[in-house]
Amino acid sequence: MATAMFRRALPRASALSRYTRARAHASEAEQKERASTSLKTFSIYRWTPENPTKPELQDYQIDLKDCGPMVLDALIKIKNEVDPTLTFRRSCREGICGSCAMNIDGCNGLACLTKIESGSSASTITPLPHMFVIKDLVVDMTNFYNQYKSIEPWLKRKNPPETKGKEVLQSKKDRAKLDGMYECILCACCSTSCPSYWWNPESYLGPAALLHANRWISDSRDEYTQERLDAINDEFKLYRCHTILNCARACPKGLNPGKQIAHIKGLQISGPSNA
Amino acid sequence: MGASSSPKLSGMQKQVLSLYRGFLRAARSKSAEDRHKIESIVSGEFRRNSKQVDRKNFLYIEYLLRRGQKQLDQLKSPDTVGLSSLNVSVSETIDSKP
Repeated sequence: MATAMFRRALPRASALSRYTRARAHASEAEQKERASTSLKTFSIYRWTPENPTKPELQDYQIDLKDCGPMVLDALIKIKNEVDPTLTFRRSCREGICGSCAMNIDGCNGLACLTKIESGSSASTITPLPHMFVIKDLVVDMTNFYNQYKSIEPWLKRKNPPETKGKEVLQSKKDRAKLDGMYECILCACCSTSCPSYWWNPESYLGPAALLHANRWISDSRDEYTQERLDAINDEFKLYRCHTILNCARACPKGLNPGKQIAHIKGLQISGPSNA
Repeated sequence: MGASSSPKLSGMQKQVLSLYRGFLRAARSKSAEDRHKIESIVSGEFRRNSKQVDRKNFLYIEYLLRRGQKQLDQLKSPDTVGLSSLNVSVSETIDSKP
C-alpha cells in the first residue's frame, strides 16, 4: 500500500517538478531572450534630392547586443543590414578624420566618438544644424572650407630660413603655445553649434576658422602675425563671437575655440608684441 | 507665368534666372563649339526642371540652386573647358555633370 502510494506519488511529483522545471526554463529563456535582444530605436533624418519630398525622421530598430558601442557602428549596421540607401560620411572610425560629424540627440559630435545611449528611449540623429543638406546626413561644407581657406592656413615667411633648404626651427616653449589648437580636425561641430554662426554663416568666420587663425597667429615661425590680425579685425569676421561657448561644449576633441578667439581679441587690443 | 508686360517674379525665380544668365555668361568664355554645347545642356536642364519640379517645392528648388551655383563656379574657372552630361535611360532624373 505504502509502496503503491509511493509509486503513485512519485510520477506525480516528478511531473510537478518537471512542470516547474519547465516553467523555470521558460522564464530563463525569456530572460535570456530579453537580455540578448536589447532593441534601440534610431530616428534618422532622411532627405534625398532624387525623391524631393519633405524631409522626415525614419525609425530603425537595432539590437544593441549585436552592434558596436558607438553611434557610427549602429549607422554602419543600419546601412549594411537594414537600409543601404542611408547616406552619411565616415572614414577613420576613431575620431581623427572628422567626417562623421552629426547632431546626435541634440548635441553635435562625431558619431564614431559618441556612445549609444543605453536607455530605452529613441535616439535622434540629424545632420549638423543650419547647414545645407546634400542628402540624409551629408551636409554642404563648401562655405566652411572657404572660410578656413580665407585665413590662409599655411606658414608665411618674410625672410627665407637661415640655411637654405632647411626647416625653420622652433623652441619647445613656442611649440607648446600651439597645444589646444593643432589638434583641431575641422569637423565643423563647433561652428555649427554656434548661434552666432547660424545667423551669420557668410560673414562670421566661426569658431573653427578663428581657432586656426589663432594657430597661425601664435606660431613663432610665422612672420605675418600683424597682417593676419588685420585681416580678421572685422566687426563680423571676428567680433560676432559673443563667447557663447557652445563651441567648447561641442568640440569632440575637447578643445576650446572660445578661448582662442578671446586670445585673438586680446591681441587686437594689445598688439602682437605684447603677446 | 504671368503677363509678358510685367511679369512679377518672386525672389527665387529671380535667383533661377540669374543663375541661368550666369551659365550663359560663363559659356561665352569657352570655345565656340563648347559654348554651343554648354548652352544646349544648360537650357535643357533648366527647361526639364521647370516642367518636372513642383513650383511650390522650395526646398528642392533651393537645393537645385545651390547645386547649380557650385557647378557654375566650377565652369567659371579657366581650367574648365567644357561641360558634358550623361543621361542614364533607366531613371528619368539621373544625370551627372563633371
